[in-house]
Parts: sequence; C-alpha cells; structure tokens
Amino acid sequence: MSNKNSNVYIILYTCIVTLVCGTALYLAASILKPAQDANIELDRKKKILATIIKLDETWTPEKVEATYNSRVKGYVVDFSGKVVEGKNVVDINVDAENKKPAKDRLYPVFEISSETNPNETEFFVLASSGKGLWDKISAYISLKKDLSTINGIVFSHKAETPGLGARITDDEAVYSRYAGKSIFEGDNLVPVVMKKGEGNDYSNDPHAVDGLSGATKTAIGVNDMLADYLSAYEQFIKSKKSKI
Amino acid sequence: MSTTTAQPVVKEKRESIFSKKNRKLLTDPLDGNNPVTVQILGVCSALAVTVKLEPAFWMSVGLTFVTAFSNLFISVLRNTIPSRIRIIVQLAIVSLFVILVDQILKAYVYDISKTLSVFVGLIITNCIVMGRLEAFAMANKPIPSFIDGIGNGLGYGLILMVLAFFREILGSGSLFGFKIFEAAGIPFIGNGVMMIPAGAAILIGLLIWAQRARNGYRETE
Repeated sequence: MSNKNSNVYIILYTCIVTLVCGTALYLAASILKPAQDANIELDRKKKILATIIKLDETWTPEKVEATYNSRVKGYVVDFSGKVVEGKNVVDINVDAENKKPAKDRLYPVFEISSETNPNETEFFVLASSGKGLWDKISAYISLKKDLSTINGIVFSHKAETPGLGARITDDEAVYSRYAGKSIFEGDNLVPVVMKKGEGNDYSNDPHAVDGLSGATKTAIGVNDMLADYLSAYEQFIKSKKSKI
Repeated sequence: MSTTTAQPVVKEKRESIFSKKNRKLLTDPLDGNNPVTVQILGVCSALAVTVKLEPAFWMSVGLTFVTAFSNLFISVLRNTIPSRIRIIVQLAIVSLFVILVDQILKAYVYDISKTLSVFVGLIITNCIVMGRLEAFAMANKPIPSFIDGIGNGLGYGLILMVLAFFREILGSGSLFGFKIFEAAGIPFIGNGVMMIPAGAAILIGLLIWAQRARNGYRETE
C-alpha cells in the first residue's frame, strides 16, 4: 500500500468495511428471522399457558402448540371493552401499544377453555407492559372465570437485576404470591399491590402481596403496570362480568 | 485494554498448526496468562452471567467465537488497516461477530438468549476481545491469531465455569438446572450471597489468590 494514511484511502477503507459488515448482518438477519419469530411466538404461547399450568420439561414445543391451539382463543379489545374486529391478536405488540395513551391502545385478550368442556371459558388472560427498574417489564395475568380472582401471573423482564428484581420471573415463591388475590372490592376495581419489605404475611389482605427485599423499584414498576393495565381493561372486565 | 506493543510471536517460516508455539498460544491463557485472573480483563461479565452454569457456558462459547474470528479477520486485514482508524475497524469487526452471535442465539437457543440478554451485546466492550486484537492479531499471522483467540476465549470460559459451578451449587443447590440436593434428599438452603454479583466478586478473589499462590505470581513494578 502506497499511503495508508491518506484521506482517500481511509475513506475508501471505511466505506468497504461498512458495506461488507452491513451486508453480512443483513444476510444473517434475513436468514435467521423465521427461526427467531417462531421462538418469540412459542415463548408468548408458553407464557400464556404458564399462567394456568406449571410448565415442566415434559412441555415440548409440540405439546405447547397443541394445547394452545385447542384451548386458547385470542381476540383484541379497545379501551371501551369492545372487541375490535379484523385485528389478529398475534399482531398486537403490547410493549409498542404501551407507548400510546391508554385510551388509544389495543389490548389482547386470551380466553382459555376448560379442559373438559371446550365451550366453557375457564380463564381470561390479560396482557400488560410497563417499566421496571432498568428496562421494560411485562406480564400475562390470568383471571378465573369470575373475572375477579387472579389465577396466576407470569412476568417477563428485559434487564431487571438478577437475584433481586429478576425474581419476579424466576422465583416461583414471588409470582405465586398473586394467585388467589382479588382485583375487585364490591363493584370497584382494586389493583393488587406489592408491598414494601419482604417476609410479611398478607394472606388476609386480598389486594396485597409480600414485597421484594432489595428490589423495591422493580416492585413499584410492577404495581404501576398492574394498576395501569387493570384499569385499562376495566370496561372489558365489567362487561364480561355483567354477563356471568 | 492492554497497551503493551505487540511483538510477533511466530517466525516467518511456515510451521504446523500444532507446533509447540501454537499449542502454547492455546494453553497459556488457561492458567499462567489467564485473561480474567491474571490480566483482570472481562471481570464485569464474569460477575454478571455466572449465577447458573448454562448461561455461563453459552457466554463462554459466544466470547470464544467472537475473539477467535475477530482475531482471525483483523490479522488477515492487519497490513491494510490504516493505523489512524484501526480501533474503529476493530470495533466494526467485533460488533459484526457479536451481533451474529446474538442473532444465532435468538434463533436457536431462545431461552438462553433471554437469560444473557444485554450481556451478549456487551461482548463488544469486553476488554479481552479488544485486548487480544491490539496485543496479538495486529502483529501476528492469521492462524496463530485464531488460535490465540480460541485460547483466550477458553481461558475466560474456564473461569466462568468455575465461578458458575460454585455459585449454582451453593446458591441454588443445582448443576445445569438439575437439583442435586433435592434429588439426594438432603435439605438445602440457598446462600443468597452467591446469587448476587458480590458473591462472584468474592469467589473471583479467592480464585485469583489460589492461582497466584500456586504459580508464585508477583505483580511486577
């Protein structure tokens, strides 16, 4: 090379490096996209089922698919609780919807039918998204058919602190605290609140759960998210409740 | 990042891939010149991804892949890279491989990629990768550079696996997710310190102490 430090050489060199790297990444991304999308979709199905069943190693992707397809029916509702026709529930990105004001968002609802009677809805699963300490958090909440008792909740997070805030997803002792809690007091919606401090007994309080020691900020994020989304789904929940 | 000037390690004449020097490139970083415990590089991610063995394993595989291939490519290009922009070129190559690793993990081991989350992306800033590029690949031929990359990746991986072994067994009572204490019927209470990065910092300190005591290593003035 005659003059490696000439401006022309440097500019050309950077252009070539950028082009080559960019092309390689473009190719990789387009080749791997189908496999990644399939994983994301399977993960979503697993989370929805996990709000009602404990998924162990026997739950192969095929079993998840089969169970989901036979028992889960998804649809989209708006803030007023009305079903939005022509929208596929798969296309609703809850995190992206969360950026809009609550009134303009679209909300996915998943009805899970009873194992014995496919025509009877046993659980309603609602989606939510919010902010944790470091980044996004989200949750699927399954309500029993009375639409006021929480059956189970499955959290996800992007970057909560491992061993502290991340316990919302990986510590069964934490997320199982929500099971059996109630989101209604008479006719009024009351979101379940995670209290500060850990190790207290809230079994007599239907709207409170024990907190996360060392992860108060994550708990606040969880509380805000649940309050935000339960009130957003309020019209839907009430209209369904009135039909029971 | 190491600032020492790189010296060519390999002589000009052609030599076999399995020559003594090349084998040394592979084995040195495992102990005497370990990137984590001796050069104290890449500690951040060593604290972050070692709560369980499985993510630690995949992180090691990812880093070994990135170090080996960026070493290889930078070494191939070393005589054409203008010195004024060499760090940027190195970063571009490293980022390319890091994003590839991230995409491949997302496509084939999605659960692991969720656990590793941001840490795969942070391989870009892992000092081991840039350190090897500056200290070795910029001055050596492609094949020794490739081997050096693998060696350093393995050296990093070894420490990660040792840390993860102790943290998982003491913190969660399991190995690769298999609950051994439960299976053996022994009651087990997890050690909370092992679950947080502080536990890893303590373990890494003990590990460095043990290694230096054994090898008689002294910090040079």
